[in-house]
Amino acid sequence: MNQQTAEIAVHDALDHAVATLLTPGGLNLSSLDDGLGHVLGPGVDFADLYFQRSWHESWMLEDGEVKDASYNIDGGVGVRAMAGEKTGFAYSNQITAEALADTGRTASGIARRGERLKVAPFVDARAQERYTGRDPLSGLSAEDKIAMLKEADRVARAMDPAVSQVSASLTGVYEVILVRASDGTLAADIRPLVRFNVSVIAVRDGRRERGSAGGGGRYAMSRLRDERAAERFAKEAVRQALVNLDAVDAPAGQMPVVLGAGWPGILLHEAVGHGLEGDFNRKGSSAFAGCMGQRVAAPGVTVVDDATLVDRRGSMTIDDEGTSGAYTPLIEDGVLTGYMQDKLNARLMGMAPTGNARRESYAHMPMPRMTNTYMLAGQDDPADIIRSVKRGLYAVSFGGGQVDITSGKFVFSASEAYLIEDGRITAPVKGATLIGSGPEAMGRVSMIGHDLELDTGVGVCGKEGQGVPVGVGQPTLKLDELTVGGTQS
Amino acid sequence: MTQAFDAASQQALLESRVQAALEQAQRLGADACEVGASVDQGIEVSVRLGEVESVELSRDQGIAVTVYVGQRKGSASSSDAGEASVRSAVEQAMSIARYTGEDPAAGLAPPELMAREIPDLDVHHPWRLSTDEAIELALDCENAGRRVSGISNSDGANLSSGEGVRVYGNSHGFLGSQCGSRHSLSCMLIAEDASGMQRDYDYTSERDPRRLARAEDIGVLAAERALRRLGARRPITGRFPVMFDPALASGLVGHLMSAIAGGALYRQASFLCDRLGEPLFPEWFSLGEKPRERGAMASAPFDNDGVYTRDNVFIDQGRLASYMLSAYSARRLGMETTGNAGGARNIRLQAPLTPRQELLAKMPRGVLVTELMGQGVNGVTGDYSRGAAGFWVENGEILYPVEEFTIAGSLQAMFAGLVGVGDDIDTRGSIHSGSWLIDEMTVAGS
Repeated sequence: MNQQTAEIAVHDALDHAVATLLTPGGLNLSSLDDGLGHVLGPGVDFADLYFQRSWHESWMLEDGEVKDASYNIDGGVGVRAMAGEKTGFAYSNQITAEALADTGRTASGIARRGERLKVAPFVDARAQERYTGRDPLSGLSAEDKIAMLKEADRVARAMDPAVSQVSASLTGVYEVILVRASDGTLAADIRPLVRFNVSVIAVRDGRRERGSAGGGGRYAMSRLRDERAAERFAKEAVRQALVNLDAVDAPAGQMPVVLGAGWPGILLHEAVGHGLEGDFNRKGSSAFAGCMGQRVAAPGVTVVDDATLVDRRGSMTIDDEGTSGAYTPLIEDGVLTGYMQDKLNARLMGMAPTGNARRESYAHMPMPRMTNTYMLAGQDDPADIIRSVKRGLYAVSFGGGQVDITSGKFVFSASEAYLIEDGRITAPVKGATLIGSGPEAMGRVSMIGHDLELDTGVGVCGKEGQGVPVGVGQPTLKLDELTVGGTQS
Repeated sequence: MTQAFDAASQQALLESRVQAALEQAQRLGADACEVGASVDQGIEVSVRLGEVESVELSRDQGIAVTVYVGQRKGSASSSDAGEASVRSAVEQAMSIARYTGEDPAAGLAPPELMAREIPDLDVHHPWRLSTDEAIELALDCENAGRRVSGISNSDGANLSSGEGVRVYGNSHGFLGSQCGSRHSLSCMLIAEDASGMQRDYDYTSERDPRRLARAEDIGVLAAERALRRLGARRPITGRFPVMFDPALASGLVGHLMSAIAGGALYRQASFLCDRLGEPLFPEWFSLGEKPRERGAMASAPFDNDGVYTRDNVFIDQGRLASYMLSAYSARRLGMETTGNAGGARNIRLQAPLTPRQELLAKMPRGVLVTELMGQGVNGVTGDYSRGAAGFWVENGEILYPVEEFTIAGSLQAMFAGLVGVGDDIDTRGSIHSGSWLIDEMTVAGS
């Protein structure tokens, strides 16, 4: 998309947001200045209003029938007042002048003394749009959606007689947001998000295993159909379940681990990503605090957070404070070079916001969060990486992960993995949790493939009880040593 | 609190909205329908390093409508329970029901199972607490913890207090409501020495604010928990007995409950499919729920289908005595609902309790696990592999903290290998349990 059309799209988004969010409650752009006036009580040095409305649709298939479908509407305004490190927050599911006055006065109670700031006039924000879809819920009829789900069922069952249960789901969210802040920010965004998922149970000789696959992004549902998502994810889910039916017990202990390209990038999300969020570093609670400019990973390791990828699940044209989504290098050639920041933490650390302020909804406070986090490609041939391992684990799919940012210990749980014996991939092994220490593990990256891949669009990141969609990615990677939590010691 | 919450008038308002939605759905041609609505209001304050960090006032409402047209079903929900939103939710649900497929199991629970009386279960204890008082309590908590020597930093203390109303009605003529409250205080502190930083936390949570633990005690316990983790080593890899702290043992009970939940069973997605009547635990172990226990965290007179709740025994002398079913999952399995739409309420164990120290002493060499990480529990196969932190124990003596290791096995083997339950019952959640000692698991460390 060239620059000129992008600008038109931005103005479009703002007009659309005003019409969707403000007009129904009798508000317009200038009433937002009055709204901010209520929040800017004595001593408040920053205030913002976040308006949001979302339409969520979900269709679910079980036993070959779409038996369950639902529609959800959510919306309201979140009002924030800041005074130094203090934040006052209130929200309302009504978008009216009265609700703005109420929530504004409540939020401003955080400070009681000091100057009264004036609202800065808004500056025209122009951000490059990061997704092409608009209303993801239109474009496919209900019949089309049901047909896609039934196709997933048909494809999965036709693949193998061991497949005993198939469930599939299609979900779409259409979300409109508008941010107005006392620093002159005025920005709007229209965020589509769709996803198709297939989960199967395969049973053979009394043994039962699950396989699941899915994906999506910030585009219209019709693209899922055009790209044959139902068939692809059904085949992948069955393949995974069948592999797991043959899986033997996983090994236990320290060994070399090769991680496949794509979704295993969850390693980066847990091992370094969370530890590089601005809030934890400002508070000194991250194992990476005070490490800026220092070596925190092996040479060759470059990790970025990138909200600018077109149509990706974690992408954002603007973040939830109205800052443009950005490409932020975190680690360059093994050296820590950047944190992910929102306005509050950037200001307190004397840094610039990086467009990483995210919130689950208007009813939650924003904080620094990841968008799409991935490692850039290296030089190694993935086949050479496998060949270099005498005895180890090759993990290609994961269920999820977690990190203790203070001790730096992180885990992630493999859902599809294989033994590597004498440089060859051999038996599939049962899912096992891998555990390591962030900085240590990143120092043990010894080979980096040339095959960078991003995940298919399934990630949800949880922090302080708030879930947001994210993306991860990486090339095939070798870690010389990681602890594998199998049962065979 | 700056916003007043009048539970009785909120209840009356929600009841009238639910009633109106039910009438509208029937007018539009629904053969049956059910509507749930709720409103919750609360305050949450966070302090860190002796200063207020945030004050958050919340007020959430929602309404969810499900309609049945013949055996077809449609659902819609909204975060606004205003008249217009409710009307549009009913219309949306009706329009969805035109497209969904026939489901022979769809529909409301049998009318004769609707709760007939709605007793007061003593779960609504509003706390008239000002913002300043809330801040004061959180500060007392954090300050007490920070005064403990060795505490270098803080993730803060947090006080939250809230109350709400939930209403459920369906076209059998059932309409039930319940008011409830929940108040919590938590603190997370960071200890540091030459070996690095460690954090840990403690919390208290109650329906009735008068029963909360002392703020200072929570702070001091959080400090002690963080300090005892300093200098952690990695345990050796091998097979050892593993003792789970009470909060983590409750997690194991949670895995059991997920595996006997109707939804997992009819989808064949549970390692406990077709195991009814079979022994899972030692004979001395039984487990059930007491949904009408007064003042308890999960008490409710009716479940999410409107069905009256009753005491259920799920594990009877080691055997799997009952599944945990809603009206829908029961129909799918050809069984009767157990009044568990929405899950189990107030799980209690029946087992001889061993003093904690004696339980520890049953480990010649083993691991006491105080924290688990990650999602490595496979409910379909029962395979279990999780990251852990805790303490290395020899002959009942805690020798040193351990971290960066995994514990692995299968839930089947862990349940069967339960050696004893501690007397150190954690009563803060919906599941009350003491520590669990498991005979043997694979520990993967150095």
